Amino acid sequence: MSDRPGPCDDRGVTTSVQQPAVEHLPLRKLYRSAEGRLLGGVARGLAGHLGMPVAWVRVAFLVLFMANGMGALVYAAFWFVVPLGTGGVEAVPQPGKDRRGVVRGPDKGQLPALLALAVAVVVLGTNVHYGAAGTYLWPLLLVGVGVAVVWRQADNSRRAHWMEVSRRRRLLPLARSAAGALLVCLGIAGFAVTRGLGPHLGMVLQASLALLVGIALLVGPYLVRLVQDLSEERLMRIRAQERAEVAAHVHDSVLHTLTLIQRNADNPREVARLARAQERELRAWLYRPSGTGKDENEEDASESLAEAVRRLAAEVEDAHGVPVEVVCVGDCPQDERLGAQLQAAREAMVNAAKYGGEGGPVQVFAEVEGRTVFVSVRDHGPGFDLDAVPEDRMGVRESIIGRMRRNGGTAVLRSAPEGGTVVELEMERAEA
Amino acid sequence: MSEEQHRARVVLVDDHRMFRTGVRAEIGRPEETGVEVVGEAADVDQAVSVIAATRPDVVLLDVHLPGGGGVEVLRRSTTLMADPEHPVRFLALSVSDAAEDVIGVIRGGARGYVTKTITGSDLVKAVFQVAEGDAVFSPRLAGFVLDAFASTDAPPVDEDLDRLTQREREVLRLIARGYAYKEIAKQLFISVKTVESHVSAVLRKLQLSNRHELTRWATARRLV
Repeated sequence: MSDRPGPCDDRGVTTSVQQPAVEHLPLRKLYRSAEGRLLGGVARGLAGHLGMPVAWVRVAFLVLFMANGMGALVYAAFWFVVPLGTGGVEAVPQPGKDRRGVVRGPDKGQLPALLALAVAVVVLGTNVHYGAAGTYLWPLLLVGVGVAVVWRQADNSRRAHWMEVSRRRRLLPLARSAAGALLVCLGIAGFAVTRGLGPHLGMVLQASLALLVGIALLVGPYLVRLVQDLSEERLMRIRAQERAEVAAHVHDSVLHTLTLIQRNADNPREVARLARAQERELRAWLYRPSGTGKDENEEDASESLAEAVRRLAAEVEDAHGVPVEVVCVGDCPQDERLGAQLQAAREAMVNAAKYGGEGGPVQVFAEVEGRTVFVSVRDHGPGFDLDAVPEDRMGVRESIIGRMRRNGGTAVLRSAPEGGTVVELEMERAEA
Repeated sequence: MSEEQHRARVVLVDDHRMFRTGVRAEIGRPEETGVEVVGEAADVDQAVSVIAATRPDVVLLDVHLPGGGGVEVLRRSTTLMADPEHPVRFLALSVSDAAEDVIGVIRGGARGYVTKTITGSDLVKAVFQVAEGDAVFSPRLAGFVLDAFASTDAPPVDEDLDRLTQREREVLRLIARGYAYKEIAKQLFISVKTVESHVSAVLRKLQLSNRHELTRWATARRLV
């Protein structure tokens, strides 16, 4: 089992294919910086792209901001258009480095920056007079902030997707989106009021609601189909990955074994051993219960009785070149007494393989029924008479019978009716 | 075994041609083994038509088949299986290790299950056993069956009919431990015929348990 390549190995194979693509990144594309940003990461991203200190870019934006708010417009435009990525002054993309590792948690510096921006906007809004445009300023600002909040949401969910923590905070993004939408609505409503549509506000709202519903009806099916396509595509990808995993496994172990078999073609015993070991491994891999097989590292700690019996049988099979057929009924966790029973069973299997292996396969049966665990080992050899074994031969007496008795169990050796030896081991489980 | 008094006509159903060829070469020698291979099929549709056309004594049926698997072949051959004059009997022959595959075929009406590692002479024996109406349990199948009944042991109240008697359980355990019917008879001080009838009873209960489950399911949903 231990020589079986784990899932990690398989993943190593698939990701290594993608590596070259990552290494091509250094052609410098303009991205907004996801790390160390104050607002949208525009300044940092630009600075990284232009190769300038961030402070310069920020000062330039501030200066532009003074010029009738030009800076704000330019900044907003950049924010909307430029995608979020890993760029910036400090974080020039490092080839091969995983993106997930770079992105950090929420930047605390952003909050003061947002507050400062809000104060500046308020000050600007109350001090500067734009004449006729002034009446529309507040509604427009509201709409702008609302859109910004929603837009930022996209950023954040993307980041959250990178960090894969989105599952825990599902409410927050929703609340944020709702807040953004509300701000936009308020802005539009304010716009309507200032335009003198106050008395007709209800009608306007109704009309816009109707419009929204209409759009939803029109676009809805497309969206649904899009989502379905996406999930289907993901399913296909998962399947492809599974297939790749199977292929990797078959490649690794089966081809390896076949090569060994070809090289040992003149040694039938070795060929049989290799083929059996491979068959066993492939079966265990194909028919393992789903969900298991991933925690191979903690193999011995969590191994159940049935698994232990199968492993012991496999060891004996490999060591002695005699097929061992295992049938397990029920299963239970191991404890100290069962450990002793397994040791005795192993001894019995070794004996059966050594002295009775010519007559056919060794048959092992393990059953857990309630608190009783029963293991029988049967061979088809010449049989065995305990009384005929000299007193000084301690193998059977000590390793099997004695061991079982010391641990509170029973062991019976007898001849099978049609030849061969049967060893029956019975043990009570310890308290759960 | 009674060599000359019986001839068994057999159809092989398996999607691997190599395997069919191998089995045919191994057991299909009427003069020596008494087994005559009268047809082959590689998928469900082919199997159903070949079985209906040739009316064999025994069908060696693979569990995994294109077109729905061995279970589908059994489902579509129910009338042939129930034919009082000359029933067609099925013996599952599989490489699968999945209990649900094997138990599914047995519940579908197969009279036994053997693994593909079986030797030619054992397979011939099994074919005749099935042809005579007996069940053939490999140790592995016995293990699966014990497991299946153990897991459904907790809830049943009125299903005493579905449960295994102590004796049937004992017989199954001995099969699982690798004993032949003859050895089981000696061990339990009963006749081979009795062992066979116990095994048949297990088989019947296994197939019945399926129907009972269905009835229970239907009544629970007020469909009946």
